[in-house]
Amino acid sequence: MENGDIILSVRDLNVKFSLRGKVLNAIRGISLDLYKGEALAIVGESGSGKSVFTKNFIGLLDKNGWVDSGSILYYGRGGEPLDLATFKKEEDWQGFRGKEVAMVMQDPMTSLNPLKTIGWQIEEALKLHQGLSGMAATKKAVEILADVGIPEPERRAKQYPHEFSGGMRQRVVIAIAMACNPQILICDEPTTALDVTIQAQILQLIRDLKDKYGLTTIYITHDLGVVANVADRIAVMYAGDIVEIGTCEEVFYDPRHPYTWALLSSLPQLGIKGQDLYAIKGTPPNLFNVIRGDAFAPRNPHPLKIDFLYRPPYFDVSPTHKARTWLLDPRAPKIDPPEIISHIRNIRLEDMSEGVTAREADAAREEAEAAAQVAETAAAETAGTAVNETAAGPEEAIAIAETALFTEEAAESAAGNGGEEA
Amino acid sequence: MSEMSKYEGREVLCSVRDMEVTFGKGRRKFVAVKNVNFDIYKGETFGLVGESGSGKTTIGRAIIRINPISAGEVLFKGERISGRISRAMDKMVTEKIQMIFQDPMASLNERAKVDYIVSEGLINIHPEMPRKEREERVSKALSDVGLLPEFATRFPHEFSGGQRQRIGIARALIMEPEFIIADEPISALDVSIRAQVLNLMSKLQKERGLTYLFIAHDLSVMRFITDRIAVIHKGVIVELAETEKLYAHPLHPYTRALLSAIPMPDPISEKKKVVTAYDPTQHHYENDPPRWIEIEDGHFIMANGEEEEKYRAILAK
Repeated sequence: MENGDIILSVRDLNVKFSLRGKVLNAIRGISLDLYKGEALAIVGESGSGKSVFTKNFIGLLDKNGWVDSGSILYYGRGGEPLDLATFKKEEDWQGFRGKEVAMVMQDPMTSLNPLKTIGWQIEEALKLHQGLSGMAATKKAVEILADVGIPEPERRAKQYPHEFSGGMRQRVVIAIAMACNPQILICDEPTTALDVTIQAQILQLIRDLKDKYGLTTIYITHDLGVVANVADRIAVMYAGDIVEIGTCEEVFYDPRHPYTWALLSSLPQLGIKGQDLYAIKGTPPNLFNVIRGDAFAPRNPHPLKIDFLYRPPYFDVSPTHKARTWLLDPRAPKIDPPEIISHIRNIRLEDMSEGVTAREADAAREEAEAAAQVAETAAAETAGTAVNETAAGPEEAIAIAETALFTEEAAESAAGNGGEEA
Repeated sequence: MSEMSKYEGREVLCSVRDMEVTFGKGRRKFVAVKNVNFDIYKGETFGLVGESGSGKTTIGRAIIRINPISAGEVLFKGERISGRISRAMDKMVTEKIQMIFQDPMASLNERAKVDYIVSEGLINIHPEMPRKEREERVSKALSDVGLLPEFATRFPHEFSGGQRQRIGIARALIMEPEFIIADEPISALDVSIRAQVLNLMSKLQKERGLTYLFIAHDLSVMRFITDRIAVIHKGVIVELAETEKLYAHPLHPYTRALLSAIPMPDPISEKKKVVTAYDPTQHHYENDPPRWIEIEDGHFIMANGEEEEKYRAILAK
């Protein structure tokens, strides 16, 4: 992973919240390197901690939350790195938030001030951070509006948020975030509130800005479907932990963690008409409790015995791809990913149209090809995993020497654990 | 059409004829939808797709009599249910047509228990029903949607998004409707929960022969769940066809734009994709206004003479 410089480096981050007298472990020891100029997507269900994780980079953690341990080193300024985990007071963040890291919130309907003109709201950011004033600020605001693709920026700058459509408002929110030329732009579900056509335009806009200004972007989303065209790398989060991370191609074409399989299988784009869509059973674990073993095990249709006992380490699949699952241990039985996601590489809009029978015939043919391919890569990679097993850490490797644990747990008992909270 | 249409003999449950809905009066009048025509057959899932502000929700609300219509009519089992109707008729509409709303966080009364939320319709329509029977029906409705009957004594805030949407579905089911209008029932839900709710809806359809009007902006979900789709743009339906046909031969430029915008979970093809934008000025409707024509069996499109020829040429290929 030596493509480019690291701009942000997170090490063993633990974030806790105190809620109703109890302590909630929201982020459970995440390490992540963010490279300058890349687009990283963080994917997970609601409650997986993806928003909480990124809020640490910008000092917007709720008041009852704190960084329990770990560090967040920011290298964007050059020279000595800043440790964001040590920022405690609001003053620490001033001059950093917005200028180095900016954020685009989910809902463009609620993130603008309805009483002020669009121009005023952009100028506010310019005045605060860049010391511009009067005409200079106005001129710059209009420039930024033009930059995010708003037609007639001079006229639009004098209008109020209610005169803008949802897509246009999201452009304005992006304009405000871009006003201080940040190094990192965090987009928290930037398109969930928007229509499909507008969604495509906004994603395109963020990508254009990224290329133009060499921005590093982080997308947070629950929908794997939308990240395929924007992300360079994808991190899959579950229960406050990154369970799999790899390049976009690796995560889509060669996913390794059962949770990633489940997320991909439940995409409606892959559903076959007349059959049930794959649904992940149960609900995410309660983070008030101590999580033992693999957090996903109770919802996993084919868990191993060891999944309930020990937390899996990261196993390297390739230099850029790693996953936290015991399935990658050489002693684990071979469990194939669900059949439906092996078609991803071949899915095209035309396939969706050819009628169910044509599509199935097609699928069968492609499946045969894909199976051959998968078998090949799997063989090659099992060899690779064995070599990389040092990633497990020596003491853990000893503790789990019993091979007997690497057997499949009866699916029934697992389903019992994972039933929807009753 | 010379050959017999395959739709002949199918029972039409609900039909919309030249529907127009306006808001406001006089100079401030706003036409939300106009010239809407479609039939919904018994037992099918009919999809209505369009961007926000296109009027798709207005159509749903007009069918169920929440918004009055200013022209045209709505027929349910051959009888008019729009405009002024008798009390008995109104009661029938309330019982037989039910709605599922978009946001399960906003559509449930926070201060009422699940028991009341689910049974409110029954209390209004059948005030004479004994309490015991009503409670039984609530437990049955809850278990039908995969919730425990004990949940009846809880409040909405105790549930997750997926569970709340199930409560919304239970509240529609308890009336034993024949026709359910689902207004973006899954757009506010997480991907995994989405699948659970969709599966539940298709299971209920199979068991009870329900008919759905499914309103959404997301075409990727539509392909999976609907039998026929109508595409609406700025209050006008521009194309209507069987789902597979619409995906195979989208004719109207707006439909094409919508289809091209579907995000696919395949990075290689996705990064090469070009999204086509829809430009309404490409139509030359000044001298030759568009008409609603059936271009092939069951495939309707809004087109003028020149466009009709072009579309026919595409289909002939």
